[in-house]
Amino acid sequence: MSGVLVILEDRGGRISRLSWEAAAAARILGAQRGVTAAVVGAQTEALAAEACGQGFARVVRVEHALLAPYTADGFALALEQLIRAESPDYVVFPHSYQVRDYAPALACRFGQVLISDVVAIGEGPVFTRQLMQGRFNASYRHTASGPCFVSVQAGAFRAEPADLPAAAPESFAPALDAAQIRTRPGEPFRSSAQTVDLAAAQRIVSIGRGIREAANIPLVEELARALDAELAASRPICDSGWLPIERQVGSSGHTVSPRLYVAVGISGAIQHLVGMKGSQCIVAINKDPDAPIFEVADYGIAGDLFEVVPALIAAVKAGKA
Amino acid sequence: MKIIVAIKQVPERDAPVRIDPAGTWIEESSLQFALNESDAYALEEALQLKEKHGGEVAVVSAGPERVGSTIREALAKGADRAVHILCDDLHSRDALGVARLLAAAIKPEQPDLVLSGLQSEDLGLGQTGVIVAELLGLPHATLILNVEKTETGVKVKRELEEGWFQSVELPLPAALSIQSGGNKLRYATLMGIKRAKTKEVRILTAAELGADSAPVVRMERIALPTKQKSTQMLDGSPKEAAAALLEKLKFEARVL
Ligand SMILES: Cc1cc2nc3c(=O)[nH]c(=O)nc-3n(C[C@H](O)[C@H](O)[C@H](O)COP(=O)(O)OP(=O)(O)OC[C@H]3O[C@@H](n4cnc5c(N)ncnc54)[C@H](O)[C@@H]3O)c2cc1C
Ligand SMILES: Nc1ncnc2c1ncn2[C@@H]1O[C@H](COP(=O)(O)O)[C@@H](O)[C@H]1O
Repeated sequence: MSGVLVILEDRGGRISRLSWEAAAAARILGAQRGVTAAVVGAQTEALAAEACGQGFARVVRVEHALLAPYTADGFALALEQLIRAESPDYVVFPHSYQVRDYAPALACRFGQVLISDVVAIGEGPVFTRQLMQGRFNASYRHTASGPCFVSVQAGAFRAEPADLPAAAPESFAPALDAAQIRTRPGEPFRSSAQTVDLAAAQRIVSIGRGIREAANIPLVEELARALDAELAASRPICDSGWLPIERQVGSSGHTVSPRLYVAVGISGAIQHLVGMKGSQCIVAINKDPDAPIFEVADYGIAGDLFEVVPALIAAVKAGKA
Repeated sequence: MKIIVAIKQVPERDAPVRIDPAGTWIEESSLQFALNESDAYALEEALQLKEKHGGEVAVVSAGPERVGSTIREALAKGADRAVHILCDDLHSRDALGVARLLAAAIKPEQPDLVLSGLQSEDLGLGQTGVIVAELLGLPHATLILNVEKTETGVKVKRELEEGWFQSVELPLPAALSIQSGGNKLRYATLMGIKRAKTKEVRILTAAELGADSAPVVRMERIALPTKQKSTQMLDGSPKEAAAALLEKLKFEARVL
């Protein structure tokens, strides 16, 4: 085909939002030749219908009974066959947990490397991805022949709803054998009971590793109380067991959009940002003026939280008195 | 069970990292280095499996001489022995290039389980472990928080997005990429540190492993991200900054 193939992902029966962002990135790469979209699963009719009319040159249903539930073996085998049949120049994925589970192995079968978690695509094409947890950007080029595999980071490309005449979906039936699928996945489950509803909170004060130890948490708790806010945290705080996982904000925790989000001692790694950048007003307190969290903050204080937080508590209390 | 853990040495988390003058890598000379976070969890999982089921834990790390200190740390925590793949050109290799080195060193060991961290804190490629699995022809699973041995293989707890999990069963041998947070990490004891000095560290070179290949993806340049949002920075003493912030929140953002 020599064009661009984008793999759209199923999220509870619908195409995931991140897939539309991947499609937008694919359009940058395939401006001239058009983009082919693939949906993968045991029953892809509804997904294909959703993809049709979204401006793709073609929509391909990669369907086989062994493609549900998701397994890395099944997806890698099926897409390997599709890519060999289509010979695209680029294969674009959303950088989801599912994709990071199988796409590196898939690329490897072609002697290629997935350019993962891309945040921008420039002339060349030059792909930008983050290094050192968002502190730097690095530009990458694909220097080999053969398909170039790219996954895109959440929130980096703007999904544009297209309203174009629908192409009828095509079918691709991969040859799969049950013996080739070596892993046995179980049903998804949620572990902890939910006692706080962070998603509904109007104000959130969130703490990160800058707090240093569990014994310091009450300080920030006091600020949360003074602001009438819920307490939340970055992942390492919950990993350490200092706060329950139900208070974790980010890609593997909750997505929140309060009116006020105060990030205290949080660096601003992308997995945290995706969970809170929809907040109306973001305040960051961090001793490192170059911390990536300032990139999304409306107001910032570059300082030691152990000095700034007590001052804030005092100021809030004084304001109330 | 024979377990191999791939560990990477990365700049210490709070280290003031600067871009080198050529703009192609970071200044390494004045940096402190540490064990990559998810690799520490991979090592912990391996040590706990060994404590329960017996066997051996070996660590493998590719990198320059300085990597030796991180290898010693893993040995001090309880790994039995180590393989150090000595190479000075780590950051000019792509993920496949690094994975080929690791796979070539791991293959003759014929381990039951190959563990890696989910993602390195410096490059953040999030894929080296998966490629190693592919090169070794092993079934794999990623984002793993916990590993249990079963009659036929292992049963693992895998993290899904937004607070969901699933369990996955795999036959052995298998490869797993371990996510942070599944266990409590141990510290090296004084005794452990002493013992580490006597443990075997095998040094292999990239040339010996015959795993060289031209990169298919090249990192060309590193830069500071361009600012997109204009954050209002509130200066002054903590007291002044706090007062200014409250003013802004009340009267400008109107969120208080
Ligand atoms: C697949 C995957 C999923 C993930 N999911 C999530 C998720 O859901 N949520 C999440 O949060 N993370 C998640 N992470 C982890 C994420 O990548 C980061 O590691 C994490 O968000 C960092 O947390 P932090 O900002 O608290 O810690 P650090 O990155 O260590 O940052 C600490 C910050 O505190 C500052 N600081 C230190 N001392 C002080 C002081 N005295 N005063 C003021 N500031 C100070 C430092 O300058 C630094 O910026 C995930 C990672 C992966 C790979
Ligand atoms: N140079 C290396 N030496 C040993 N293990 C490595 C090396 N690079 C990556 N790894 C392993 O692969 C994992 C994922 O790294 P990455 O693909 O760079 O995000 C790390 O957490 C390590 O377990």
